[in-house]
Amino acid sequence: MNEQVAESEGVQLDAAVGSVEQASQALREAFPGKVRPDEREGYEGVIVDADALVDAALFLRDQLGFRYLSSVTGVDYANDGLLESVYHAYGAESGALVFKVQVGCGNPEIPSLVSVWPSANFQERESYDMYGIRYAGHPNLQRILTWEGFAGHPMRKDWREPYYEEEHKPFKTRHPDGGVFRAEDRNPFGRNVQYSPGFDPAKWEDIAQSAVYDGLMREVKEEGLQTETITVNVGPQHPSTHGVLRVVVVLDGETVVDLMPVLGYLHRNHEKIGERCTFPQIIPYTDRLDYICSMSNGLGYVLAVEKLIGIQPPERAEYIRVIMAELTRIVNHLMAIGFLWNDVGAYFTPVIYAFNERELILDLFEMVSGSRMMCNYMRVGGVFEDLPAGWMEKARALVYDRLPRFVDEFHRLLSENEIWRSRSMGVGILPAEQAVAMGASGPLLRASGVPYDIRRVEPYSIYDRFDFDVVVRHNADVYDRFLVRMEEMRQSLRILRQAMNQIPAGPVQTGKKNWTMKVPAGEAYHRIEAPKGELGFYLVSDGGSNPWRYHVRSTSMINLTPLAEMCRGHKIADVVVILGSIDITLGEVDR
Amino acid sequence: MTDELTHPNIPVPEDLKGTVTLATWEKFYNWCRARSVWPMFFGLACCAFEMIAMATSRFDFARFGMEVMRASPRQADLMIVAGTVTKKMAPQVVRLYNQMAEPRYVVSMGACANGGGPFKEGYSVVSGIDKLIPVDVYVPGCPPTPQALLHGFVTLHKMIENTKYKDMIWYHNRGQGEEFAIPVLGPDIFDPRQIPLIQSEAAKTPVAANDSE
Amino acid sequence: MYGLGILKGLSVTLKHFVNTYVDDIKWGFAKRYTPEALLVRQSAEARGVFTVQYPEEVLLPQERFRFVPFLVYEGTDEDRQYRCTACGICAKACPPQCIWIVRAKDPETGKPLRRPAEFYVDIDICMNCGSCAEYCPFDAIQMDHDFELADHDRETAHIHDLQRLGKPVEYYAKIRPTYYAAEQEAKAAKAARAAKAKAARRKDK
Ligand code: SF4
Ligand code: SF4
Ligand code: SF4
Repeated sequence: MNEQVAESEGVQLDAAVGSVEQASQALREAFPGKVRPDEREGYEGVIVDADALVDAALFLRDQLGFRYLSSVTGVDYANDGLLESVYHAYGAESGALVFKVQVGCGNPEIPSLVSVWPSANFQERESYDMYGIRYAGHPNLQRILTWEGFAGHPMRKDWREPYYEEEHKPFKTRHPDGGVFRAEDRNPFGRNVQYSPGFDPAKWEDIAQSAVYDGLMREVKEEGLQTETITVNVGPQHPSTHGVLRVVVVLDGETVVDLMPVLGYLHRNHEKIGERCTFPQIIPYTDRLDYICSMSNGLGYVLAVEKLIGIQPPERAEYIRVIMAELTRIVNHLMAIGFLWNDVGAYFTPVIYAFNERELILDLFEMVSGSRMMCNYMRVGGVFEDLPAGWMEKARALVYDRLPRFVDEFHRLLSENEIWRSRSMGVGILPAEQAVAMGASGPLLRASGVPYDIRRVEPYSIYDRFDFDVVVRHNADVYDRFLVRMEEMRQSLRILRQAMNQIPAGPVQTGKKNWTMKVPAGEAYHRIEAPKGELGFYLVSDGGSNPWRYHVRSTSMINLTPLAEMCRGHKIADVVVILGSIDITLGEVDR
Repeated sequence: MTDELTHPNIPVPEDLKGTVTLATWEKFYNWCRARSVWPMFFGLACCAFEMIAMATSRFDFARFGMEVMRASPRQADLMIVAGTVTKKMAPQVVRLYNQMAEPRYVVSMGACANGGGPFKEGYSVVSGIDKLIPVDVYVPGCPPTPQALLHGFVTLHKMIENTKYKDMIWYHNRGQGEEFAIPVLGPDIFDPRQIPLIQSEAAKTPVAANDSE
Repeated sequence: MYGLGILKGLSVTLKHFVNTYVDDIKWGFAKRYTPEALLVRQSAEARGVFTVQYPEEVLLPQERFRFVPFLVYEGTDEDRQYRCTACGICAKACPPQCIWIVRAKDPETGKPLRRPAEFYVDIDICMNCGSCAEYCPFDAIQMDHDFELADHDRETAHIHDLQRLGKPVEYYAKIRPTYYAAEQEAKAAKAARAAKAKAARRKDK
C-alpha cells in the first residue's frame, strides 16, 4: 500500500517538473482577482488574498499535486506596514511554489492552513509567537518558542531586546574608542530583562504552565476521555529527550492518550540575531543550529546566499563541500542510532562505539577547520581554506577502510538483536500519506516508503554527479528508520569515495572573501538534504549587507509534528523510543 | 598517589615512604570526596555533546571517579551546566539545583553558561548562570573541548581538596544548603529577589522599554 | 533461535574488549603511551579502544585548532611591539561583537596612532569562530591552542586585556608552523620585490 502511495506521488511529480510557472498560472486562472503574481524585484511566486487562501491551498494540493508544504513563515515589512506570511509548497518532483498572504500590521489575521497541510501546525504557532499573526482556525494557537504571557512579538522590527545596541552590526561602540563594557552594566536590573512600565511582579499570575495543559485538556475532552487519565511531564530535564525537550503526555494507565511536545527551552533567538548580523557573520551561528551537523547547516546557508547573489564556488570547493556534508551525515546517523539505543535501554554501549568513530571524523574536521564541532568552514563562494597536507590520506584511511568495516560491525552488533526488534518493529507507525501531510522529511519520510531525497529530486551543489541510491523502506516503524540510517551511512561512504577520487585541484574561493558583503535585494529559499531531513533557509535581502529576514526551516521541529500521531495508543515507554527514532536536535528545534 | 596526600609537617621515616601515608583526616576525607563526584546527566545545548564525548572512551571521565551520570538531582553531586541557559529553562535549572543534596558543586561549561556566550545579545538567554546559582568552576570555550572540560574537573578537584572542615556547611546544622529563588516567567523572566528593584524602577520615570519609534 | 542476535552482538563487544588488550601487548607495555604510539593509536589505524590519559598526557590539537584569540607581538615581554595597527577590522567582523579596541592617540597632537591603547576580548561571549584571525590584514590576531583556562572567577579573568592577550611571535611560530612559514615566505618575497623595484628605479635614474 505504501508503495502505491509513493508511486502515485511519482506520477504527479513528473508533470510538475518545470511547471511551477504553469501551476501558478493555473492558480491565477482559478482565482481571478484573488491571486496575483508577486512583482517585487527579486521576488517570486504569487500573492493570495487572505479570504481565498484556504480554497487556493486546497486547489494547489488536490488539483495541482503540491502535497508537501515545506515552510511557513512570517516576514515583517515594517516600512510598508505589512506583515506577510510566506508558504513554500512542493510537489513530489517540482520546485517550490511560493505563495504569500499580506495583512496590515494592525490586526493581522490569516486563515490557518492546518486543515489542509497539518505540517503548518507548529510553524504557524511560531509565526504567531514571533510576529503576532493570528491564524484563524488553528487548533491550538499558543506561543511556542517563548512562553504564554511573554510581552510582545520579538521578531517584529520595532521590538527590541533588553541588550539592544544598534539595528545592525558592526556596533559603533567597539572601535576606535571601545571602552569595554558588559551589557549587564547598562541594564537597570543587571540582567537580560526589560519590563513594560507599570508592570508589578508581585501581582503577576504565572500562566506559562497552566496554558500548556489547557491546550492539552481541551484535546482530551474532544476525544471524550475525561476520567482516570494522568498527565505526565517528560522533560525538559530527562535523559532520553536528547536535550531540553519537554513532552506532556496524557496517560490512561500506561497507554498514551494524547501527547504534546512543548518547545522553546533552547530558544536562542537565532533569527533575530541573524537579522542583526551581516551575511557572512551568520555562518558561525548556523553551526549552532543543529550542532551535530555544523557542516551541513553552513552548506545550506551559504547555498541560499549564493542563490541570492548568483555566484558559484569553484569546482574544488564544491567537492570539498560534498565531502564534508557526507562525513557529517555519517556522524549524525552514528549518533542518532547510538542515542536511539540509549533510549531503548542499552545505555551507553552503542553510543560509545559510535563516538569512537565520530571522534575520528571530528579529528578530520578539526584538522581542516580548526574546531571539532563548530566548524565555521563554509564561506559564501567557497570554503574557509583548502584541505591541509595529509588530510586526504587520513580521510581515505577512514572512508575506504575503517568506516565500512565499522558500519558492518555496527550492523552485526545491533540489527539482529531480538530485544531491539521486539521493541522497535511495529512501533511508531507513520503511514506515507500522513508523513507527507505532516511535513516529515529525511530518514523519517523515507522509512515511510516515500523515496524523497532532495539530493535526487532537486540536486544542489554537485550531487547530480554522484551515483548513489535513495534508501527507502516501507514498514514505517522505528526499526525501519534505524535501517534507513544504517544504509544511508553506506551510501554516504559511496558518495565520499567517488568525490575523493574525482576531486580536482584548484582554488577554493570565488572572489575575495570578506566579513561583509552587499547582497542584491530579493528573496531566496534554499533547502538541502541535511542528515536529519529537509533543512531550508529563507532569506530576504533589502539590498544591504545584512538580511531583512532570515528564517530557518528547521527539520527537527517539523519532524516533531507527527510525534503525537505516532505515539497514540502506545505505551509510555515507547514514547522515548519513537522520539529517538525521529532524531532531533534541540538547537535546531528551538533555534 | 600516596605522596600527594602526605602532610608536609608530619615526617615519614625514609624507609616507609611510598608505603605509609600520614595525612590529616580532613585531607584524606577530601581526597576521597574529590574522587567520587557524580555528575548529573543534564545537557542544555551544543556543549552537552562535548560533555558526552568526554564521557566516552577517548577521554573517559570514569578515570576521575565520575563513573555514573545520574539523571536524578538527588543522587548527583555535580551539576555541569553544559550549554545555553534560556529564560524558559532557567526556572528548571534552579529547581534542579535546589533539589541536589549538599555537598553540591556547579561547573559552568562554555561561554553561554558563563556569561551568555554568542547568544547573549538575544532576548531569551540568561547572561550567566551565576546570576541564579553559585558556580564553582568556569570553563571557557565555545564549546570547550573534552580536554578543556577535564581541566575544569581537575580544577574542581583541587578546590574540593582544599576545603576546610569548618567550611563544610553540611556538617554544621546549617540545613541542606540554601534554597535559591526560582525565577518566574512573566512578561519577561523575573527573579523574586529582584521584585523590590523592579517595583522601584517602575515607580521611576516609566522607561518605555519597548517603545516603537 | 531466539537470542542468536544478542549473542552476535555480544561477540562484537568481546572482540573490542580483546582487541584493546592485544593492541596494548603489540605495542609493548612500555611503549604503548609514548607520543609516537599516541599518534597511531588515536588514528583510523587504531584497534580496540584507547584513552588519552589527560592530564598526564594531552591529545595535541591540530595546527588549525582555535580556542580564544591572542595578539601577536614581536620583541620581548617588556618591550612588546604588537603587530596590531588598531584598524578595527576584527572588531567589526566579530559575529558576537566581543572585541573592544581603543586606538592609541599621540599624546601631543592627539592624532590617532597605528597601535592599540587598549584591546579587550570578552571570552564569555567569544564563540571561537576565528573570524577575527581570518580577516585581520596584518596577521596580528591569532587563535590560541591553549585550552586550559578553567578557573573560579569570571568577573575579571574572562575579559582578556592587552596584557593577557599578548603572546610572543615565537609562540605563534610554534603552534602554527606552516602558517608562520608561509607568512615569512610572503614577507621575504615582498621585501625582495621591493628591493628589486628600488634597484630598477635607481637604474632608471
Ligand atoms: S558555549 Fe558555544 S557550544 Fe556551548 S552551548 Fe553556547 S553556543 Fe553552544
Ligand atoms: S588585530 Fe588585526 S584586524 Fe584587529 S585591529 Fe589589530 S590589525 Fe586590525
Ligand atoms: S573568535 Fe570569533 S567571536 Fe571570538 S573574538 Fe574572534 S571573531 Fe570574535
